[in-house]
Amino acid sequence: MAVGLDKVKPEAITEDKHLVVQGMDISGHWNRMFEQRVSWDYDVDNLDRVTDLPGGESLAWCYGCAKCTAVCPVDIVGDYSPRKIHRKTQMGVDLFNSDDLWLCTTCMNCLRVCPKEVNMIQIMPAVREQAVLEGTTVPPELQKAFEDTAKHGNPLGQPQRKRADWTKKVGVPVSIMKDLGRPVDILWYVGSYPSYHPRGNDAACAAARIFNSLGVDFGILGVEEKDDGDSQRLAGEKGLFEMLAEQNIAAFSKYEFSRMVVTGPHEFNAFKNEYPKLGADFKVLHYTRFLVEHLDKLKPMLKKPINLKVTFHDPCYLGRHNGEYDAPRQLLRAIPGVELVEMGRCRENGYCCGGGGGGMWLDSFTKEHTTMRLSERRVREAAEYGADVLAVCCPFEVSRFEDAAKSTGNDELMVRDILELLDESMRG
Amino acid sequence: MNIVVSIKQIPNLTDELEINAEGTGLDHDALQYVLNEFDEHAIEEAVLAKEATGGTVTVIGVDTTGELDGALHTALAKGADSAVKITGDFPRGTDSHTQAKLIADAIRGMSPDIVLTGVQAADDRDGQIGPMIAAHLGVPYVGVVTGVQVKEGKAVVHKEYAGGVMAEFEVALPMVVGVQAAHQPPRYAPVSKIRQIAKTAKIDEVTGGAGPRAGSTVRRMFKPESAGHAEMWEGSPEEVADKIATLLAEKGLVKRG
Ligand code: SF4
Ligand code: SF4
Repeated sequence: MAVGLDKVKPEAITEDKHLVVQGMDISGHWNRMFEQRVSWDYDVDNLDRVTDLPGGESLAWCYGCAKCTAVCPVDIVGDYSPRKIHRKTQMGVDLFNSDDLWLCTTCMNCLRVCPKEVNMIQIMPAVREQAVLEGTTVPPELQKAFEDTAKHGNPLGQPQRKRADWTKKVGVPVSIMKDLGRPVDILWYVGSYPSYHPRGNDAACAAARIFNSLGVDFGILGVEEKDDGDSQRLAGEKGLFEMLAEQNIAAFSKYEFSRMVVTGPHEFNAFKNEYPKLGADFKVLHYTRFLVEHLDKLKPMLKKPINLKVTFHDPCYLGRHNGEYDAPRQLLRAIPGVELVEMGRCRENGYCCGGGGGGMWLDSFTKEHTTMRLSERRVREAAEYGADVLAVCCPFEVSRFEDAAKSTGNDELMVRDILELLDESMRG
Repeated sequence: MNIVVSIKQIPNLTDELEINAEGTGLDHDALQYVLNEFDEHAIEEAVLAKEATGGTVTVIGVDTTGELDGALHTALAKGADSAVKITGDFPRGTDSHTQAKLIADAIRGMSPDIVLTGVQAADDRDGQIGPMIAAHLGVPYVGVVTGVQVKEGKAVVHKEYAGGVMAEFEVALPMVVGVQAAHQPPRYAPVSKIRQIAKTAKIDEVTGGAGPRAGSTVRRMFKPESAGHAEMWEGSPEEVADKIATLLAEKGLVKRG
């Protein structure tokens, strides 16, 4: 069929034969107008409910280019992306009551490529907060993490008074600020997983030994430390985040320190970008950047070669969210014997482990909606690149990847925090 | 249906418990206070009853910590309709006789149809607040309850006995119930919601009079003292097994073959 007017119903076209606008003659087809496109006829109430929320506005800006779909880590193992969320919501799906609400890990890869700056890091927490207030559709495993955090100050549900128990295993002194009674150079915020999780303990002990060998003047808060709450905020429990932030800021301000060092990227993000909005004012470093400052002193201490092929997983909240890609790699390269190989999805395009934005506490829920866990996809990638060791620097990741290595039959792949590798090389 | 829930705060058992300098009780000032777990179940059962039959839930407690507001806001976030606190010179760890009298006096005028409270609390393991409120009000009491259904002037309550035996009671209202467990786990109140409520909710205040006092005093409180010493046996599993077998034979518990 020839291209002609038949493509559009004639009654859908208006055209003035003679029209002059501001002295310009736009008669005939120059002023042709078509009636509303079909997509304007949807009931956009559900989209409006999202875009009316503070933080939800940008969902409306999507123009469907699908750049996000190509990079969304959830789409790679399932069917998900901002474009798909936008389209479904536009067609009437109620995001507030949809399982889609809990699948985004706030990894930020979509925002990196989106020409329209559709911002899932703001949209998701805003909509989730409403769902949490209603309390009807929050997955029970996430609810339990909220409850444990509210009751015990950590999402693992461990007693607050045992927060510093890991220090008994270290073998070197770890000072608690309350007992120390003097200013320190570095306040080390240990974090919940390093404090309580057995594999997190390993990284915490390694860090303590490294700090001691470097002669760092540091102290920890011990039982005065609470979870940072950032992932709970991104999962929709803003009030819980604010409560924890108030308690932590009160604890921080009791002591004098020049800088804070954190073990985890989520805590780094919280203290660098969110706590200042609530009045906190201190300088914070992720441990990788802090140790790079001491590289000259550290290097000669790294005696034992680790003759292995090591690949590095960029944590979303250290890399994309806060722009730190080099410090972890500098540390790994400093270890004698280490052959650093990069995976295809690295640095700015690093693949998400699935633990961010509350994903840490949505394992079974997400599993139901994906062909494999994000962590399982990631360890497969590490194995494809022939790595012996998957190196990480986020306390969420060690246990996630170790489980994934087992469940995908890649048992020989070792998962190690960079702290553990440094410690091993130092101890000889 | 006018449902009233009586609550109290107790020391947080996940903290390290400290004994006071006199050795006569807990060092209350060194402890964090949280809502009694059984009272959490009483609130849940009350909200479930309201959802099933309609009515209002009023939560009431004696403010012994200066921090009862937090517990009341949480109850409101879970679905209670109003909150009342009894204020006065009532220190932390105020005895249950005093608390029961204060609560009974405060709720008498509310003419409750049913009063729910936790069957006991971990601070005194006394279990007396419920029965004493019932006595003061002159109404029946059933304790160790794991489910309440209310209908037309009656309540059907499930009571749990030892050994898994259950009983069903039909009781004329008004009555007092000592809740062992709600028939659903207590719901989570999002901190976001509690904080919203804390900004807007009104807590009614009642000034409490003098209580009757417990009539008993604690003479000595102490941490468990170890009676003997454990001996650690080292060696290979076989050697240790042999030592165990020898010991059991010595004590005449088994015969050595
Ligand atoms: S990249 Fe942005 S504009 Fe393009 S489809 Fe995704 S959300 Fe829409
Ligand atoms: S933030 Fe990450 S998980 Fe969420 S939609 Fe964007 S790319 Fe997907």
